[in-house]
Amino acid sequence: MGEKQAMIRVTDLVKKYDDFTAVKGISFDVYEGEIFGLLGPNGAGKTTTLEIIETLRTKTSGAVHVNGFAVDEDAHAIKQIIGVQLQAAGYYPNLNLVELLELFSGLYGVRVKPMDMLAKVNLQEKAKAKYKALSGGQKQRFSIATTLINSPKIIFLDEPTTGLDPQARRNLWQLIGEIRDSGTTVVLTTHYMDEAEQLCDRVAFVERGEIIALDTPDQLIDNLLQAGFERKKEVKRANLEDVFIHLTGQEWREG
Amino acid sequence: MQKAYSNTTATLALAKASFRSILRSPSAVIFTLAFPLIFILVFGFLSNGGIRVKVGIVPGSHLANPVMKGLKEIDVIRLITDKSAAELEQSLKKGHIDALVGVHKNAVPGPAYRADVKYTSASADKGNIFRSLLTNLMYKLNMQNAKPSLAELREQTIKGRVYRTIDFILPGQLGFSLLSTGVFGTAFVFFSLRQNLVIKRFFATPVRRSSIVLGEGIARIGFALLGALFIILVGHFFFHFTLVHGAVTVINMLILSFLGVLVFMGFGFVVSGLARSESTIPPISNIITLPQFLLAGTFFSIEAFPEWLQPLSRILPLTYLNDAMRLVAFEGAGLWDVKIQILILLAWGVAIYALAVKTFKWE
Repeated sequence: MGEKQAMIRVTDLVKKYDDFTAVKGISFDVYEGEIFGLLGPNGAGKTTTLEIIETLRTKTSGAVHVNGFAVDEDAHAIKQIIGVQLQAAGYYPNLNLVELLELFSGLYGVRVKPMDMLAKVNLQEKAKAKYKALSGGQKQRFSIATTLINSPKIIFLDEPTTGLDPQARRNLWQLIGEIRDSGTTVVLTTHYMDEAEQLCDRVAFVERGEIIALDTPDQLIDNLLQAGFERKKEVKRANLEDVFIHLTGQEWREG
Repeated sequence: MQKAYSNTTATLALAKASFRSILRSPSAVIFTLAFPLIFILVFGFLSNGGIRVKVGIVPGSHLANPVMKGLKEIDVIRLITDKSAAELEQSLKKGHIDALVGVHKNAVPGPAYRADVKYTSASADKGNIFRSLLTNLMYKLNMQNAKPSLAELREQTIKGRVYRTIDFILPGQLGFSLLSTGVFGTAFVFFSLRQNLVIKRFFATPVRRSSIVLGEGIARIGFALLGALFIILVGHFFFHFTLVHGAVTVINMLILSFLGVLVFMGFGFVVSGLARSESTIPPISNIITLPQFLLAGTFFSIEAFPEWLQPLSRILPLTYLNDAMRLVAFEGAGLWDVKIQILILLAWGVAIYALAVKTFKWE
C-alpha cells in the first residue's frame, strides 16, 4: 500500500468553553480515501471536533490541517474542498429540492445539474418536493447530495443514520460506501457499533474529550479478544436485524 | 485548479432563493399586498361619493317643468320618485331622506308653478344644503328674462386637483406595507434561518456573511418595491390616486420606498437578535409596528391627534416616510423638497443599524 496520505491531520487539539474543556488535546490523522469513524457517547466531543475541522468553530489550541490547509489560516480554501452534513440542519424554507440544490451550487460557485445530484442519491422522483415533506432516510440522502455539489475531497457526516429504520440505514451505508469508492474521504460520527464495524475503515473512540482507542474495527476486536474477553452468549451466525431485513425485504424503501 | 470563487454568484443565488421563498410565504404576501389593498379598497369606496342629498318627490307631482328639470341636473341631489306619500313622510321623519318636494301647476293667477318643500330636523345640515341649492335654482329660473336691478353675479370655477381620500390613504398604506415587510419579514427569516441551522450550513460553504445579508436584503427590498409599485398602480388606475408628474412621481415614490424598507429592515434585524423563540417575534415586532401604524399618520392626519400626542408622532420614522410620500405624490414635490424627511429617516437608519450590529446573532 505504501505511505498513506493524511487528508486531515489533527495535532493536540484543545477546545475550551468558558469553564468546560470539551476537547482535551487530541491527535489523529484521516487518510485519503478512507471512511473514518468518530465513536463515543453524547457529549464526548465528537461534534465539536468535527466542527473545528469543518471551520465552523474556532479551536483553543493545537493544529488542524485539511489537505495541507490550516483551519485558522485557510478556512476559505478548506470550505471549497469539503462537504458538510450537520446534525439536524434544516434547509431554506419554501423551496423544493431542485431549488435548494441550485442555491447550494451558487453558494459553492459551481455549475451542477440538480437532477444529476438527485440521481446520485436516488431522489429523482422527489425533485419538486419540499425538504420538510421527505422521510427521515430521504432527508439524510438529500443532505448527502448537498455535500457532494462541489465534488469535495472530504465529506463530513454527523450521525447520518440516527433515527432511520434498518432498510434506510443499509442503503445509506451502501451510498456512503460508493462515495468512498469514488475517491472521496469520509469522516462520520455514529452511535451504532454495527454501523462502524460494517462501514468504517478505521475508527477512533472519543471519551470525555480524549481519544482512548484508534484502529481498524477488526484490530480493535482482536485486541479485546486477545485480552481474554468472551461474550457471555454463544454468538449465532445471524442476529435479530438479519431476521428483520430477511422478513421485511431489502428493497429501497422510503423509511 | 478551480476557477476563482465568486461572491456575486453566491449573493445572487441567495437572493433568488430568498425571493422564491418570500413569494411562497403566505404571511409576506398578506402583509405586503393583501392588507394594504383591502384598506385602500375599503377607504376608496367609502368616501369617493362626496355629499349626497336625498330628496323625495311627492307622488302626483307635476314632473315636466323647469323646476324638476333643474333639480335633476344638480349632481348632489338624488331624487326619489318610487315611494308612496306615507313612506316618504316616514323616511323624512327618520332622516333617511333630507327633504320632500312637491311641484304643482298653479291654479290661481301668479307664477306658473308652485313648489312645496318640507325639511326635517332629523337631517338639518343636508336640508340646509338643499335649501340653498333650491333657492339658487329658483333665483335662476325666476330671473331668466329679467335684468338684475342691483348687481350681476358672474361665477367661475377654476380647474384644480381633486384631493381624494385615496390620496391620503394610499401613501399611508404603502408605508404600512413597507414597515411590515421590513420588520416582520426580516425578523422571521433571520430567526428561523438561525434556529434551523440553515445559516450554519451556509457557513460550511465558502459564502461570506456579507453575501448572506446582502442576498436576503436584495430579495426583500425587491419584493417590497414590487409590492409598492403594484399598490401605486392599483391605486392610480382603479381609484384615481393622484400622481402629479406621472412616471417621475412613481420613481420618486419607489426611491422613498427603498429608503423606508431599508430602515425598517434594521428594526427586523434587531428583533431577530432579541427574540428568544419564534413566538416572541410577533409581540416584539408589534411593539415597533403598531404605534407607527396608529400614530404615524397612516389613517388619520397627525393634526387630528391631541396636542400631547403629536410630539410622539413626530418621533416615529414612518411619520416622515408617509409625509414625504404624500408631498411627492400629491404636491408634486421632488426628492430634494423632502430632504428633511429623508434626513430624519436616514438618521433613524444609522441609529437602528448601529443597534442591529450589537444585537444581531448569527448562531
